[in-house]
Amino acid sequence: MAKLKLPAPPLPAALQPKPKRPGTAERVGPVEQVKEGAISAVDWVDERTSVTGAARWMMFRKVPKGTNWFYTLGSSTLFAFLSQATTGVFLAMYYDPSATRAYESTRYLTNEVFLGEFVRGMHRWGSSVMVVLLFLHMGRVFFFGAYKYPRELNWIIGVILLVLTMTMSFTGYLLPFDQRSYWATIVGVNINGTGPIVGPFMSDFLRGGAEFGQTTLSRFYAIHMLLVPGALAALIGAHLYLVAKLGTTAPPWLKANEPQEFNRERV
Amino acid sequence: MNQREKEQYLREYSILKSQGKPFFPYAVAKDGAMAVVTMISIIVMAIVFGAELGPKADPTTTTYVPRPEWYFFFLFELLRVIKPAILTPLATIGVPTICLVLLVLLPFYDRNAERRPERRPVATTAGILTIVAIGYLTYLGAAAGSPNEIDMKVQPQYEAGKLVVAQSGCLACHKIGENGGQIGPNLTDIADKLPKAAIRRTLDNPTAPMPSFADLDEGKKTAMVDFLATLTGEPQVVDGE
Repeated sequence: MAKLKLPAPPLPAALQPKPKRPGTAERVGPVEQVKEGAISAVDWVDERTSVTGAARWMMFRKVPKGTNWFYTLGSSTLFAFLSQATTGVFLAMYYDPSATRAYESTRYLTNEVFLGEFVRGMHRWGSSVMVVLLFLHMGRVFFFGAYKYPRELNWIIGVILLVLTMTMSFTGYLLPFDQRSYWATIVGVNINGTGPIVGPFMSDFLRGGAEFGQTTLSRFYAIHMLLVPGALAALIGAHLYLVAKLGTTAPPWLKANEPQEFNRERV
Repeated sequence: MNQREKEQYLREYSILKSQGKPFFPYAVAKDGAMAVVTMISIIVMAIVFGAELGPKADPTTTTYVPRPEWYFFFLFELLRVIKPAILTPLATIGVPTICLVLLVLLPFYDRNAERRPERRPVATTAGILTIVAIGYLTYLGAAAGSPNEIDMKVQPQYEAGKLVVAQSGCLACHKIGENGGQIGPNLTDIADKLPKAAIRRTLDNPTAPMPSFADLDEGKKTAMVDFLATLTGEPQVVDGE
């Protein structure tokens, strides 16, 4: 396809770049010096890590013919996760995970802190957006048959990511410690308790004992802030590595017909 | 999928891939546009809906109705769909666990090499049915309102009875005013159909599958019967309004 080239704007003669006089030496301007410095810095890192190879492998791999907007659902789920992580850090600067202070610190954060309600709103609604995108991404993978050979393992990692995301939502719901979150969590923990054999142990573990109180809140906080986000980040890394290694699927209705030049290339 | 099909897939895929475009900048541009859309929707929702904070958690009240986040509604609604108490573990843990195991193992029991959705009728139908079921349960959960809340104005002396009725799970089957289910008879105008004594007798000795309230604390039962006996289908006139 021929590239369209815009005509150069009509500059006055004084501003037009002049060709160099023959015989004058190449002048090293500040721009070239900065460029040179950046290149040598990248070279320094690359010599020790070979990171540019990995970056090239990740960024310049080919995505198959027919890749369309449905293929952006996974990356936008990742983006929603990053947004959750960022807003979560700011919320953590004000939140106090103690049964007596949790509600008060959330109220302070919401009503007093500059942009507090906005950031808390982003975190709260971001979770909904992330869950919706996750389900849409999963639906795309299902209906395109993308979980089939050779991507079975990535499907399993994806299901674990779904469970972890729901765990994030469940544990995060308690943290504001208002009536709604408190009673919803009690019911949620009780629902866990009805499970056969391990059920009662599960709910005892979540509560941190027989009673719902300070330990429960600390546990939910630690799970929400440390355990699950760490696991999520690690598994997202594995998920992405496998995506780059195996390649994204082509839309299933595309038929591969070997073109002439391709055959010649392979010979 | 046998070895031949696997090799054929890899061969066809490598052709399609070689005909594709590099991830950067083509796919990255689309992903970036989608990321901007995601960011804008989060920001708009944060501004429009805000982050409400309810009253402080109070362990001494039991009247507050727990409502999970909306995307848990379908799990919550399973409890209402699977009613008998003996099957409760099935609804709370059993069905979700089975679904999860089925989801994890999907690539291992769906070994069909075909990928086009219209040529995988079983998988596509199952997928659509699952989505419809989750959507329907979510809708039920959103529309049902709180499972033990009666939006009805009553005279102050009947408030206690209303609370007992609300907490006793009557609404799981019976409709009172705007709330409740359709399984049992509508109680909105029960006082027109049954005299007070008959309501009490029904509570003590109901027709199956309704559970008996014979063991209920006498004071609570009286309050309950008094409240039910005021339900004539007419909006009640509340003093002071």
